[in-house]
Amino acid sequence: MIQLNVNGKLHAVDVAPDTPLLWVLRDTLGLTGTKYGCGQALCGACTVHVDGAPLRSCATPVSAVAGRKIATIENADRSRVGKAVQEAWRKLDVVQCGYCQSGQIMSAIALLSQNRKPTNADIDTALAGNLCRCATYVRIRAAVHLAAKSLA
Amino acid sequence: MSTMTIENVSRRNFLQGVAGLTLSFCLPAIAAPAAAGKAATVSFEPNAFLRIGSDNSVTVIAKHLEMGQGTYTGLGTILAEELDADWKTVRIAGAPADAARYNNLFWGPAQGTGGSTAMANSWDQLRQAGASAKAMLVSAAAKRWKVAVSEITVRDGIVSHPPSKRSLRFGELAADAAREAVPANVVLKEPKDFRLVGKHAPRKDSAEKTNGKAVFTQDIRLPGMLVAVVAHPPRFGATVKGFDAGAAKRVKGVVDVVQIPSGVAVLATDTWSAKKGRDALTVEWDESRAFKLGSDEILARYREMAQQPGLVAHQAGNTDQAFAAAAKVVKASYDFPYLAHAAMEPMNCVIRLGPEGCEVWNGEQLHTGEQHQLAGIFGLKPEQVKINMLYAGGSFGRRANTKSDYVVEAAQIVKASGGKAPVKLVWLREDDMRAGYYRPLFHHALEAALDANGKLTGWRHRLVGQSILMGSPFEAMMVKNGIDAVSVEGAANLPYAIPNMRVDLHTPTDIAVPVLWWRSVGSSHTAYSTEVFLDLVAKATGKDPVALRLELLGDKPRHSGVLRLAAEKSGWGTPLKPGAPGTRRGRGVAVHESFHSYVAQVAEVTVAADGTLKVDRVVCAVDCGIAINPDNVRSQVEGAVGFALAAALHGEITLKGGAVVQGNFDGYPLLRIDEMPQVEVHILPSTAKPTGIGEPGVPPLAPAVANAIGAATGKYPGRLPFSSAELRA
Repeated sequence: MIQLNVNGKLHAVDVAPDTPLLWVLRDTLGLTGTKYGCGQALCGACTVHVDGAPLRSCATPVSAVAGRKIATIENADRSRVGKAVQEAWRKLDVVQCGYCQSGQIMSAIALLSQNRKPTNADIDTALAGNLCRCATYVRIRAAVHLAAKSLA
Repeated sequence: MSTMTIENVSRRNFLQGVAGLTLSFCLPAIAAPAAAGKAATVSFEPNAFLRIGSDNSVTVIAKHLEMGQGTYTGLGTILAEELDADWKTVRIAGAPADAARYNNLFWGPAQGTGGSTAMANSWDQLRQAGASAKAMLVSAAAKRWKVAVSEITVRDGIVSHPPSKRSLRFGELAADAAREAVPANVVLKEPKDFRLVGKHAPRKDSAEKTNGKAVFTQDIRLPGMLVAVVAHPPRFGATVKGFDAGAAKRVKGVVDVVQIPSGVAVLATDTWSAKKGRDALTVEWDESRAFKLGSDEILARYREMAQQPGLVAHQAGNTDQAFAAAAKVVKASYDFPYLAHAAMEPMNCVIRLGPEGCEVWNGEQLHTGEQHQLAGIFGLKPEQVKINMLYAGGSFGRRANTKSDYVVEAAQIVKASGGKAPVKLVWLREDDMRAGYYRPLFHHALEAALDANGKLTGWRHRLVGQSILMGSPFEAMMVKNGIDAVSVEGAANLPYAIPNMRVDLHTPTDIAVPVLWWRSVGSSHTAYSTEVFLDLVAKATGKDPVALRLELLGDKPRHSGVLRLAAEKSGWGTPLKPGAPGTRRGRGVAVHESFHSYVAQVAEVTVAADGTLKVDRVVCAVDCGIAINPDNVRSQVEGAVGFALAAALHGEITLKGGAVVQGNFDGYPLLRIDEMPQVEVHILPSTAKPTGIGEPGVPPLAPAVANAIGAATGKYPGRLPFSSAELRA
């Protein structure tokens, strides 16, 4: 049994310790907002927060995050920054297919939690690991700025 | 505005006051599970697109897949406009598979989404559905109030009688309206009266796609469901010779290992166990009939074929004479690689077999074809195949496969495992990348004849590449005299007035790499070769690229319209701000029609001394008829620029000895946010019927960038993706 703290709830999960956190979230805990895209930390669709920092859950064995504070997209609206980011995303209709957006939003929240006034270059650096095949990047940048403005 | 008639009025079969709850216009109960309890009776009328609940909810039934293009929002907007619904109360539900009611009107009897047809084929249909519903609500209100229909107004979901200051919400009239006859004729709005179309109707899927609640196929979990991961052959055409499942079966969570026509499937209780099981599997492949050529060898063959004339796709005047009399001949060739769609959600499908038939959960793009495919596999009638159309995490053509590859694979697994448990087939990224159905590799050769005055008198264009449509159900409609229409689209219908033209095509049939449409299909390569070559012609004649195009587009006002707008908005002809020392900057243009929409783009690039390319800005001008949702048109074109740029900068699937080299995003990079240019989208006002916008933003991007590179460096790339090595100073 591995003890997990996900979105403030404690779970004891009976999975192989090498199971990536992604599949425990999705298949064991039913938190399907976090997406599978590549399995090798190449696309960012699986981004969650561990102790507040963005992490690629597809390449993180669940045993490595036992007992640490894990937050997923399902938890995003519980913080002021998370709410601001989601509202900006909706206001600008950023999404297209939407599959990568949980990861984009989790990366954006992590950025804005550290840096309340990011430049385009800051955004590009923080989100360069989050691929969007629909290429909604113009709006992602604009939405991060909008969220920053609403948090100012 | 013309008056239109609802089809099959004689077959009226309306819900008559069921529990007084719904105006259930032609709505199958299956379409909206959330409200299924309310719709006790099913009607079978066509135009089955609307449900109004007594709670004032307005549910629009979308017959087309939402795979990112804003389709649900667009379809809802059309209907809500004529209904005068309150946009905030409108919900969208995916339609079931039922081609009798939900066929794509451009595809005859088949239901499906593709070719940027969703808005175009639904425009009249959904306007009529909305307008006739409104007429029924008005008629019901008139009876209740005992007033004339002409005294009633409707706005934002409220039916009013201004003289008596009475009003009712849609929900309050739903039961009465359900007893009204469908009007034989409905008067549609004048465009000047539109309140949603051409304005801003926010996307209906934004909320659930930003909180993790949107449901994709990957997210489906049914009781007792098993997850299947499949070992596919390393080469196209190879088959299973034998396999050892011992180690796989020892992996905790693995339940079964079954052979299927496309490989060996490992079934497990969860995805990771299935993957570990697949990794532990030993499969021996029979590669005696496998395809073993590399992409370099394929290209070499195509270049050889291009030495000989092909089948004529378009001919005008006498090209031989034009070239014989030419003062100058310009020649160039262009190579295009195989491209993977690489949707963020790898292909997947859930199938459950039950006593009444089978049920499918899928980002469903070709309902009717897939009903038939699965019916064949399970020995069912097509109507026994129930399909739940879920959001697709991108498709770009991949989910519209007439061979139904991954859907059939899921069904084969269910069948091979005895139908005991529902199965979710999951392709891992590498499975998706290597499964084929690529944008075909193409080689183009072009020649232009110029007379002594620099006038373009002759044009020869030869294309070599695999056919997408041969062997598909679209063949009868779209392959004529050996010419696959989508191999030459954008080339055979070149918009430029050139007196002598010949476009011909070679279609190799011995290349076993599966190919498929990829966002913008033939135009993904023909726009490049024709528009980059035209810049070479401009250079050879000393003409400005925009001026030359406008001169040749004499009788093509919509091409000229977008070209002029893009030129104006981009500051064409004004000097570009110089870049950092050592860099070279350039501006390039391209214009292309695809799917009856017209897009011109002007790209600005900076090329560093080491050949590194940065696309700084892309100015787009679009004519897609009436822009139903202008913000979505802008969004689609912005995204199309990024999608096309990914291919131009990085996109290439290569084969070595028949095996696909790339497996994940390290080998097949997508565009990253730091590579995304500034994009401006300008929409040309139009009163023409709406045409597509999912694809048309793609074709002009790569040629506009290539022409900007040409302006900056003098080198016009002859192959995609661009090579930095070739662009060194």
